[in-house]
Amino acid sequence: MSSFPTSASRLKGRSELGVALLLGVAGVVVLVDAIALVTPYSQSDPVGPKTLPYIIAGLLLVCAVLLAVNVLRGGQGEAEGGEDVDLSHPADWKTVLPLVAAFVANILLIDWAGWVISGTVLFWGSAWALGSRHYVRDGLIALAVSVLTFYGFYLGLGIPLPAGLLEGIL
Amino acid sequence: MDVFSSLMDGFATALTPMNLLYAVIGVILGSAVGVLPGLGPAMTIALLLPVTYVLEPTSAFIMFAGIYYGGMYGGSTTSILLNTPGESSSVVTAIEGNKMAKAGRAAQALATAAIGSFVAGTIGTALLAVFAPIVVEFAVSLGSPSYFAIMVLALLAVTAVLGSSRLRGFASLGLGLAIGLVGMDSVTGQRRLTFGQPLLADGLDIVVVAVAIFAVGEALWVAAHMRRTPLHVIPVGRPWMGKQDWKRSWKPWLRGTAFGFPFGALPAGGAEIPTFLSYVTEKRLSKHPEEFGKGAIEGVAGPEAANNAAAAGTMTPLLALGLPTNATAAVMLAAFVQFGIQPGPLLFANEGPLVWALIASLFIGNFLLLLINLPLAPMWAKILQLPRPYLYAGILFFATLGAYSVNLQAFDLILLLVLGALGFMMRRFGLPVLPLILGVILGPRIEGQLRKSLQLSAGDPAGLLSEPIAVGIYVILAIILAFPLLLKLWRRNRPAALQAGVPATRSGESEPTDASGSTSHGSHRATTGGDGDG
Repeated sequence: MSSFPTSASRLKGRSELGVALLLGVAGVVVLVDAIALVTPYSQSDPVGPKTLPYIIAGLLLVCAVLLAVNVLRGGQGEAEGGEDVDLSHPADWKTVLPLVAAFVANILLIDWAGWVISGTVLFWGSAWALGSRHYVRDGLIALAVSVLTFYGFYLGLGIPLPAGLLEGIL
Repeated sequence: MDVFSSLMDGFATALTPMNLLYAVIGVILGSAVGVLPGLGPAMTIALLLPVTYVLEPTSAFIMFAGIYYGGMYGGSTTSILLNTPGESSSVVTAIEGNKMAKAGRAAQALATAAIGSFVAGTIGTALLAVFAPIVVEFAVSLGSPSYFAIMVLALLAVTAVLGSSRLRGFASLGLGLAIGLVGMDSVTGQRRLTFGQPLLADGLDIVVVAVAIFAVGEALWVAAHMRRTPLHVIPVGRPWMGKQDWKRSWKPWLRGTAFGFPFGALPAGGAEIPTFLSYVTEKRLSKHPEEFGKGAIEGVAGPEAANNAAAAGTMTPLLALGLPTNATAAVMLAAFVQFGIQPGPLLFANEGPLVWALIASLFIGNFLLLLINLPLAPMWAKILQLPRPYLYAGILFFATLGAYSVNLQAFDLILLLVLGALGFMMRRFGLPVLPLILGVILGPRIEGQLRKSLQLSAGDPAGLLSEPIAVGIYVILAIILAFPLLLKLWRRNRPAALQAGVPATRSGESEPTDASGSTSHGSHRATTGGDGDG
């Protein structure tokens, strides 16, 4: 594990400041939201709904500042390893972006086209993005799991996933 | 009712054919997800939550218990056969276990892990059955101020003790607490952080948050850093042990159990510290110290037992206090809430049959794991060869399905993607995931106890200190938070003592600026502590 941070650090640069920024923005959002709450003082609830948000906003803002200082001084978070993770090469956006695209396609399609179609698109697209090139086999598997889960949820659990375009056929 | 007769009733419930079937499904599913990369017991239970709505709560929890123990077991299989532990708790197992496997002793390593897990799990569950009611008896007398203190202790201790950077832990905790704020305030009905979006008024569903952070974040992260070279899995036959192996294993099993259970039961528990302690102890006590680093069986037996005993220990605060200390327990707590069961000390009184059936099913699950996993080890090794595109496409597919089926609205999938991106970022920049999940789940409960405490004292902050237990906990908390600081001062004065705290050096060695960095953590912790008291 110890060999990873050195090679990864050069590639990462100071992008970790983005995390500090995110924490800071989150802190400000929580703070502004809490200030905007209007609550009359009540005997039965002296703490009110604002106290915890203030504490959390404070925690986030302090962490944002400290993290920024830590990163500028050369500190860095240790990227997470794992069985299938190889940190020796930089982030491979050519895999991630199509994967996200498949996910977004599912979101857009699910209510209109129905789960069977959108789930098939999701599985097939994800497998393709991740490097599988068995187009037909992937498609059959994708269709099979989508249809099976549709009926499994409908018949087994009583949860009606949307049928969408295939309504009447399924 | 005494423990024994309650437990027997529990066995009667858990041994009905239907519940036994759920236990079997649980342990097989748990082992599979434990073996498979990218999946873990916490995520699996989160994914199954919407599906298990239709089940009896008892059956659902019997299955969850199987998944929990099975996942622990599966993790050790991976670390022995692959040398790339999936969970931090099996890191230590990989040290000797993989060396053993490479030396052709994979069968013995798996066997000592399996039998050790069984021994430790059984003893640990027995301790749970004995101690949980005692804790409950003590806990029912506690009021809101003490609960508030206990929960704050759990949150801050998990954040401060685990992981290599406390600052990043606290950042993660802050994000989790903020996510927990979203939605209607339970007392006044005010909407917090909903941005006028009515779909956010009910808050973020914990299933969506957990699945996003665990599953979607993991899938995206792996996709970005997919290992191009195939993993080398060491082939294995049926696990077995010779006489010599038994002789060298049984003491480490018992010692590992003794380390694991208490650490698991502590609010800042977790399996990392006891597995590490067990490893160091076995190395010191071994008659074959020269074998350590080359595949000593004691180095697998002890930590594996510690790992499983810690898993059993974790159930004690969960069942007796409603306090989760690891990710799986946190998701189980969410499951209790979803089934309309109020976790906490009244759980044993109100849901006695369920709790005892759950404890009985932990015994059963343990036994099933031994029974199933010794012959199935070669199959688990094969599962590791599953083509990765299918594995991760499947994870995304089921993550989507699980999150969507909660409310049947596409909006939840947008949340899933956004929070998945957050999970990705956290993995990339070393923000630990556990504080976030605990923050989401415990945040609202902490707020409830805080408000109740101050309601009793009519707004006087001194009300938080009105119970002696609460005061004691704040003292412990102060010690935990100040400890690394003291350690650093001490070390600066006496550099020779460096190797005294090996787990701490990991955070210390990363860069020289860290020392000054954590001085400033100290001041920041002082502020949060002050806020908590006020």
